[in-house]
Amino acid sequence: MYLARVIGRVVATVQYPGLTGVPLQWIQPLDEHGAAMGDALVACAVVSTGPGDLVHFVDGREAAMACPETFVPVDAAILGYVEQAYANGKFIGRDAAAVTR
Amino acid sequence: MILAEVVGTVVAPVQIPVLDGETLLLLRPITPDGRPSGKTRIGVDRAQAGVGDRVLVLDEGNSARQILGDPKAAVKTIVIAVVDYVETGGKLVYDHRERGGPHGTNPR
Repeated sequence: MYLARVIGRVVATVQYPGLTGVPLQWIQPLDEHGAAMGDALVACAVVSTGPGDLVHFVDGREAAMACPETFVPVDAAILGYVEQAYANGKFIGRDAAAVTR
Repeated sequence: MILAEVVGTVVAPVQIPVLDGETLLLLRPITPDGRPSGKTRIGVDRAQAGVGDRVLVLDEGNSARQILGDPKAAVKTIVIAVVDYVETGGKLVYDHRERGGPHGTNPR
């Protein structure tokens, strides 16, 4: 599981049948300083979140298990909305204005 | 299993039901001598670990589900142990007891 920020939405009208109704979000994983860690990716939003939100997500097989339909081609899923992440005496991502809408 | 340092805490009020009531910790994977290695991740605390502790982290789904006792849990990162000391090549490279404080009170 990793920390990430939602930086945008992805809409796919035609997709695998088991994925209908599951929103897709464009997320950027973050490290313990709130800096970008690796490339941004698309994840299924199992809990409702939107651009600008701090979230935690899981990758791999567990991502599909979190979805309403568990046998779906998904490799990243947002599992929770993060209200507060604290590390090294600082709150992560409170000052980040890098929100794309 | 990976060796990691607990660097922070994460609070998520809205999340999948299996994570309700669990403590989430921000973990930085490290080498035995304490250098950062790999991606920072979030783990479910099942070892009463705290910030500053070195811990053992499980990052594999089946074992995680076994620990949580839920065959459908979509969780794969779990803190399963607090490390006392690490020895490599006959040398003590980390000793929890030297940290001081409530967890690492030095008995010597």
